[in-house]
Amino acid sequence: MDEFSAAASLAFTLLAKADPTLVDIVLRSLRVSLSALAIAGSIGLLLAALLTVTRFTGRTLLIIGINAAMGLPPVVVGLAVYLLLSRAGPLGDWGLLFSPTAMVIAQVVLLTPLICGLARQTLEDAWREYGELFASLGLNHFRALCTLLVETRYSLLTTLLAGFGRAISEVGAVLIVGGNIAHVTRVMTTTIAMETSRGNLALALALGFILILLALIINAGVFITREIAQRQGG
Amino acid sequence: MARESILPLRCEGLSFRVGDLTLLQEVSFTLGQTGVTAVLGPNGAGKTLLLKLCHGLLAPSAGHLQWRYRPADLRMRQAMVFQKPILLRRSVAANIEYVLRVRGMSRAESDARTHEMLRLTGLAEFAARPARALSGGEQQRLALARAWATAPDVLFLDEPGANLDPAAARAVEELICTIAASGTKVVLATHDLAQARRTAQDVLFLHRGRLRAAGAATDFFASPPDETAAAFLRGELYW
Repeated sequence: MDEFSAAASLAFTLLAKADPTLVDIVLRSLRVSLSALAIAGSIGLLLAALLTVTRFTGRTLLIIGINAAMGLPPVVVGLAVYLLLSRAGPLGDWGLLFSPTAMVIAQVVLLTPLICGLARQTLEDAWREYGELFASLGLNHFRALCTLLVETRYSLLTTLLAGFGRAISEVGAVLIVGGNIAHVTRVMTTTIAMETSRGNLALALALGFILILLALIINAGVFITREIAQRQGG
Repeated sequence: MARESILPLRCEGLSFRVGDLTLLQEVSFTLGQTGVTAVLGPNGAGKTLLLKLCHGLLAPSAGHLQWRYRPADLRMRQAMVFQKPILLRRSVAANIEYVLRVRGMSRAESDARTHEMLRLTGLAEFAARPARALSGGEQQRLALARAWATAPDVLFLDEPGANLDPAAARAVEELICTIAASGTKVVLATHDLAQARRTAQDVLFLHRGRLRAAGAATDFFASPPDETAAAFLRGELYW
């Protein structure tokens, strides 16, 4: 218990002093996760929108594939991206392995199906609700889709927040493709894993506190957006 | 200059089938340019289906619809209000503004038209309120206001008084009469005989997907054309 108290006290000191190493790791984590979220969000929402308003051969199969990929194990994704980017891999010439870009790629692979799957369900439910109105108004698919995105904006924002939550807390894939190199690819989760194994609990705890704080902020964000949605949408 | 109406609409031999099931069979009639036409019939008679076919939301399996003429914006010259109003998750005023903006109206024009519609439908005090927070009757009035705002030649209404208390249903009925008096043709699907008596000049009576009677409302109610219609008026025709 004393050891935990001492580690916690040291962790708060690191946070209060805005320790440069700590700040560096936190900023890199945010940069990687937000970049992955921006890319996966764009691809995922676009794909979800297309799947909602179009019908084509193989659509059901694609939806099943996306839903199945929502639960992809991060270490498997990390391994696949590692094989793609390694020197002997098809994209080895790009020299991206053990770089933040590789970490972003791995997280995009993890997040895209999650965001697409959740967003498609939201959009399809809304499409069932509004479809006849849009047809009655004579809207084309593009206009109908734009309206649908506006109508479901709070639910979609919740989906994006869920995606961010997954990205920021992910460790397996970024460890494999990033390599946890100090000042290059070291992020919060990989640092926590490493420092815990070394017995350096203070830094691990400080980062743990920040992760918990981010989780709280995300959940608060989800709660507030739902409240706003209910107030505005009735 | 007044716009030419797309009516009358002639429907000839309209049928609608799903697999082996025939839901509407060889229905023929003509809709005039003005007034209220009630589409009557028990549950499952095909009233909603007929409205959706006329509005173009569904394509008939057989038969055809012939409008007086077919402008490029044929769909925009019609409107439909569904049994359960489909309202956007925005304010009451924004719901009306949305359809006007979609129709290409400027912001100033749509603002003015929206306020006029809210005043005419008694919803002015709710303008800023979330549309989905309104009561059932108010939501139905908003759906009517939104449809009427576009000044359609024909307005299809699917059971607009269903699930409303008598006062709300009465308010909706009065609005329907006001809309019809403004020159918009109203086609009203209902199984509420009292509502049809109060509002309609013409009647189409459907039973099991077949058109059993078409004509003036007064004649239909005074002397039903066949035993099925008579049983329906007596409240003895269940489906």
